[in-house]
Amino acid sequence: MKSLKGLFSGDARQFSMLFALVALILFFQIATGGKVLTSSNMINLINGNSYVLILAIGMVMVIVVGHIDLSVGSVAAVVGIIVALAMRDWSFPWWAGLLLGLAVGAVIGAWQGWWVAYVGVPGFISTLAGMMFFRGLNQYIGKSNSIPVPDQFETLGGGFLPEWGPNTGMNNSTLLLGVLAVAYIVYREFQLRKRAKRVDSQPASWTVVIVRSAVIIAVIVYATYLYGTGRVGTSFPIPGVLLAVLVIGYTILTQRTVFGRHVYAVGGNKSAAALSGVSTKRTYFFVMMNMSVLAALAGMVFIGRSTASGPFDGTNWELDAIAAVFIGGAAVSGGIGTVGGSIIGGFVMATLNNGLQLMGVGSDRTQMIKGLVLLLAVAFDVYSKQQGKPSITGYLVNGLKRQFNVTPVEPAVVPAGVGNEAVTDAPAVGAAPVTATTHPTGDARTEREDK
Amino acid sequence: MATTHVKLEMRHITKEFPGVKALDDVTLTVRAGEIHAICGENGAGKSTLMKVLSGVYPHGTYAGDIVLDGEIVEFKDLKASERAGIVIIHQELALIPELSVTENIFLGNEVVSKGLIDWDLARAKTKELLARVGLEVNPNTAIKNLGVGQQQLIEIAKALSKDVKLLILDEPTSALNEDDSENLLELLKGLRAKGLTSIMISHKLNEISEIADAVTIIRDGQTVERLDVADAPVDEDRIIRGMVGRALESRYPDHTPHIGETFFEVRDWVVEDPTIPGRLLCKNSSFSVKRGEIVGFAGVMGAGRTELARSIFGRSFGVFRSGRLFLNGKEIHLPTVESAIAAGLAYVPEDRKTHGLNLLDTIRKTIVSADLPKIVRNGLLDEDEELRASEQYRQALRIKTPTVNEGVSKLSGGNQQKVVLAKWMFTEPELLILDEPTRGIDVGAKYEIYTLIQQLADAGKGVVVISSELPELLGMCDRIYTVCEGRITGEVLREDATQESLMRLMTTTTAAA
Ligand SMILES: Nc1ncnc2c1ncn2[C@@H]1O[C@H](COP(=O)(O)OP(=O)(O)OP(=O)(O)O)[C@@H](O)[C@H]1O
Ligand SMILES: [Mg+2]
Repeated sequence: MKSLKGLFSGDARQFSMLFALVALILFFQIATGGKVLTSSNMINLINGNSYVLILAIGMVMVIVVGHIDLSVGSVAAVVGIIVALAMRDWSFPWWAGLLLGLAVGAVIGAWQGWWVAYVGVPGFISTLAGMMFFRGLNQYIGKSNSIPVPDQFETLGGGFLPEWGPNTGMNNSTLLLGVLAVAYIVYREFQLRKRAKRVDSQPASWTVVIVRSAVIIAVIVYATYLYGTGRVGTSFPIPGVLLAVLVIGYTILTQRTVFGRHVYAVGGNKSAAALSGVSTKRTYFFVMMNMSVLAALAGMVFIGRSTASGPFDGTNWELDAIAAVFIGGAAVSGGIGTVGGSIIGGFVMATLNNGLQLMGVGSDRTQMIKGLVLLLAVAFDVYSKQQGKPSITGYLVNGLKRQFNVTPVEPAVVPAGVGNEAVTDAPAVGAAPVTATTHPTGDARTEREDK
Repeated sequence: MATTHVKLEMRHITKEFPGVKALDDVTLTVRAGEIHAICGENGAGKSTLMKVLSGVYPHGTYAGDIVLDGEIVEFKDLKASERAGIVIIHQELALIPELSVTENIFLGNEVVSKGLIDWDLARAKTKELLARVGLEVNPNTAIKNLGVGQQQLIEIAKALSKDVKLLILDEPTSALNEDDSENLLELLKGLRAKGLTSIMISHKLNEISEIADAVTIIRDGQTVERLDVADAPVDEDRIIRGMVGRALESRYPDHTPHIGETFFEVRDWVVEDPTIPGRLLCKNSSFSVKRGEIVGFAGVMGAGRTELARSIFGRSFGVFRSGRLFLNGKEIHLPTVESAIAAGLAYVPEDRKTHGLNLLDTIRKTIVSADLPKIVRNGLLDEDEELRASEQYRQALRIKTPTVNEGVSKLSGGNQQKVVLAKWMFTEPELLILDEPTRGIDVGAKYEIYTLIQQLADAGKGVVVISSELPELLGMCDRIYTVCEGRITGEVLREDATQESLMRLMTTTTAAA
């Protein structure tokens, strides 16, 4: 095996978080005598946290772009009450209610985005105002009452996938999802190999590939088994499917689209972004708007789960979402953070809640522990950055590297031979540069005239 | 000279970053009272060596010994090295723009009496320090209202306030024009006469040969040689030979321009200061660029060249008042940077840290960042394409890095500059505006950048070069405009231009005929 790092290429920070999450789950599994990894508890874990995780997806973009959104809980609440009323009093069908909710979210988002982007009120302030205003609006519209929602909405907040096809001893929808996920992992490995060959870098060794995929596939298979073999009629929950779709969609949006790059560019250096042709105002606007749309969605998932919309829905959600994002590795100053990391951060908080509850720890101590975890996670991040060391994994990997003297798998590109070729040998560049006549001299020193 | 005592010795210094050996067994000997220059190509390890010396990289993170006045010292941070009398002025100025001169000078070293800051005393001391560096400004002036040259002097005054014994200057003149540089060098000479030892890093080799008593040359993290002025005169060619391992025939590549017709024109351009209404930054400026032509803009710092360029580039600076732009004979309007890029303009800013780079990004993402649509396939960014393009520019510009996946913040100053250039070349502009493109770039790399500029011109593009180095303009440009106080005061063909004639035009306040 060439390197441990190669096992989980990509963001070391994210991997270390994942590692911490798995460790946490295993710890609680042992500490509670096996109460954590049961199908009903895992269903609860997803359903009870999906709305905060949905918020975390939008929040990480807001934080990356350099703002913060405190209004998400209130926005979720106001959308919840409007949708519930529309369905009860104006007899909106469930799907129209859903669309209405998203539309209301978009309008609220446009409002907040306008203040942030075009008036220049910092997100912290404009959404603090929004937090108060929309909380009040929720109670004003609903007259501080609870309003029930129809059955179809309950499916959105806590339903299960259908049962069909031959008897496999499992829920077949869950089984299908599991198979798809495994197929994707295998496909991705082949894609990675193909790309490595195309761009002439050295692909990861087969051992690395096999170990890496085996670990991930084992986790998927186990989860499929767990969710597929629960009580009859249950499956991988619908909010979980929704969440998975959102995570995939937003990961692509943030990592692989022009808009996503703009979000990071504006968060990293606003004036450099502006001079690169990025409209900072438009970026702020859409990020804030998107956050409110996701808050609307979270609010609807929540009223589905709790079967009614009430005056105190969504209280403190913003704080949970923000905590998830920062545990997930985002920087307060903007420019850094990923959707994947924030989701893992959210799951760390959720697992803590869940595990401590199962251990019988009261909510008083649970809150104290959660507070400390947030503090320590971010402190560790700050500390590692100051030391110029990556993260927990960084420690592990580097430590091992020193011991076994393994080299990283990254394509071994030697620094361009500095000053060893004739300067007149300068590269030919037309409109686009042509690969230059650079001879990567592995050992530049040999050519030096020693004095 | 050999009898003077050795002020500082750095022995067998080795410093590694993950994946890079920045310093490999470097030795540096500095005698008391001398000005010691450190030369080397971009990424050779000069700044890193000075950061080791000043405790930025604390003891324990490097191998080797630092011997100061005959004793081994182990600094755990910047404060510790300052206590030993070592003060470093970094490549990037570290003054706080909003604060006053006095506040900046005593920041972190406040003059305290009875638990409170004694501002009167601080101001009095500031006056004294300013006198020592020969600067006549009010101690209450905010830093942002001072020019770069003055700021640099303030940095030195700040160092003097700390009772400096060994002053380190990392490229102190790279952002200065000739007068300011000259001024600074005179000051350093004066301080040397009073016994101050200094270490200076610079890519301006003429300054080094003018001022240095000894030169240490570093290449690829290793000491190549130490030249002593007392032994033999050290001229620029000698330093270059040490730096790149061979002589450089000429500083500017030979080039026969192929100039076509005028394709870009600016007429009666008027721009107002964004903060001071009524103050004009560009006063009826008109100029044109032909295909295949390299056009220079000469002027002293603050003459309004950057403002002119940026206001044309999508009105990214100042308040547009009036003026017209023509591209290929047709009038165009460029109200946003986006539209300017789409029209084929590119502007490489003079300040890479604040305007050119997102320091959180990797090299590959930075290089494609000004023209993302170019790598979009089916609505998504094509990462293969991104890697291919950035790899191509890494090689073409010889950006010194292990891989393009490295963060730009880890590059040396000169290599960061190359990344910014690559970013704008990637947009394949029709008109490339370069604002101080070779600031902080070593001689060899300059030559390569000049070659790239000429190749762009030969491909029928237009290039505008704004530079404070007259030799560079004279060596590179086919035609040179001079700017003074927001007004274009002259237009000179390369054949007719001399340093003197340009200087004269750069300081006249009447418009060109
Ligand atoms: N924090 C860091 N992490 C990783 N590599 C680094 C870091 N800082 C510097 N390096 C690397 O160390 C080498 C030396 O950098 P250094 O900044 O000392 O160069 P330099 O000689 O000052 O160059 P320049 O003339 O361009 O300023 C470079 O290859 C650079 O990429
Ligand atoms: Mg440097």
